[in-house]
Amino acid sequence: MLNDSAFKRLPSNAAETISFRVEGQVVTARAGESVAAAVLAAGLGPTRTTAVSTSPRAPYCMMGVCFECLMVIDGQANTQGCMIPVVEGMEVGFQHGARAVMEESV
Amino acid sequence: MSVGANPGRYEAEVAVIGGGLVGLAVALGLQDQGLTVSIIDEGDIAIRASRGNFGLVWVQGKGDTCPAYARLSRLSARLWGPFAEQLTASTGVDVQLSQIGGLFICLTEQELEQRRLMLDAMRDEHNGDYPYEVLNHEQLKAKVPEIGPTVAGATWGPEDGHVNPLLLLRAMAQRFIANGGRLLTSGPVTRVEPQQGRFRVHCGDQQFEADKVVLAAGLGNRDLAPQLGLSAPVVPNRGQVLIAERVQHFLDYPTGHVRQTGEGTIQCGDSKEDVGLDSGTTTDVVATIARRAITMFPLLKKVRLIRSWGALRVMTPDGYPIYQQSQQYPGAFLVSCHSGVTLAAAHAGPIAEWIATGIADPSLSLEEFHAERFSL
Repeated sequence: MLNDSAFKRLPSNAAETISFRVEGQVVTARAGESVAAAVLAAGLGPTRTTAVSTSPRAPYCMMGVCFECLMVIDGQANTQGCMIPVVEGMEVGFQHGARAVMEESV
Repeated sequence: MSVGANPGRYEAEVAVIGGGLVGLAVALGLQDQGLTVSIIDEGDIAIRASRGNFGLVWVQGKGDTCPAYARLSRLSARLWGPFAEQLTASTGVDVQLSQIGGLFICLTEQELEQRRLMLDAMRDEHNGDYPYEVLNHEQLKAKVPEIGPTVAGATWGPEDGHVNPLLLLRAMAQRFIANGGRLLTSGPVTRVEPQQGRFRVHCGDQQFEADKVVLAAGLGNRDLAPQLGLSAPVVPNRGQVLIAERVQHFLDYPTGHVRQTGEGTIQCGDSKEDVGLDSGTTTDVVATIARRAITMFPLLKKVRLIRSWGALRVMTPDGYPIYQQSQQYPGAFLVSCHSGVTLAAAHAGPIAEWIATGIADPSLSLEEFHAERFSL
């Protein structure tokens, strides 16, 4: 079930529909969209909490600059969702605070 | 900005040329001495070590061939705590000062042995009063469990530390302005003119009159110093810096090559290149820095770089600072150094006192820092 989203796809976008998962929930997207755009269109988020104060954030600049759209994409933490095209079967999770790097916590 | 027949004219008791970490620290200290201070700085495109440095408040190994510099670095490290507290109290900016000791990691036994010899000699020079420890691999691993298996060891300096240099720059500028200081970014200063015991600073259409002038213009001091009977044979030395993503805290101590900031960001650096005024980056040096960082901390292999930059150190021929008042034009002071972070507390304290009063605390041995040493 998709949430309401402030973002609407243009009717002229006739690319094929794919499905992927966000936090375990199946979401549909159009081929060629970025992960950040697809998650926003699905009305999901906040997509991360910050590393310092754990305040909630969502994709913002959509062009690789602001790092607000960090998510866990196919197991890779701290990935900029706006720079990765969404693909069929992709597993996306939200980024909670700073990424872990110690062996035992990866 | 003033236009027309009457160009902008400003007065202050002291004009400080350069608004980086050095100029701001001196200016804050002069304000504490009750003086009115103007800083004449450049804009954002200026060559500016203050925005590209590594943020170490570092003591160990500094001044191995210049005891006065070793003493000055240690004095500044001791003054740093109160200096940071004062900055935070007056601006609300936490500059993230941590002085719980620092590590200089050595990859090979040979490197560790050389370092030991240097520090042993410094301890002898300072009659035993020079704290450090040499750590073998096991001892280092006890302090930093994430250390790489091939690392030989490290030297430990209990007086070392680090800050966030950008927050420091901002806090100092904020405090300077809140104290009533005038900070202008309309430089570069083109000419400094001695005038019957006072000074006139020319900067485009603007002119500044001051009783005293302090040259704290980094690499710009080279051209300004001779106008006041001084000499600042400084040259740029490039360091490239890598920034990696923010990760969970794993490194308590700053090291000479890798540190983790208060926000979790990884910063790697310590390259040295003689490339003129080019502040760019190169793939080979970035790769070398990254490879060394991964050897020291193998978990960094999985951590991604976000950006890199080059910054230009302000180096004298022997690497030590120049502190000097002009004999020809008393009231003109020269401050040139490459350790603007470490020395900030000393600059805001005893160095500013020397400039305000004209009298230096003899324990500073400021005569050791005159530029004449380069022409002997």
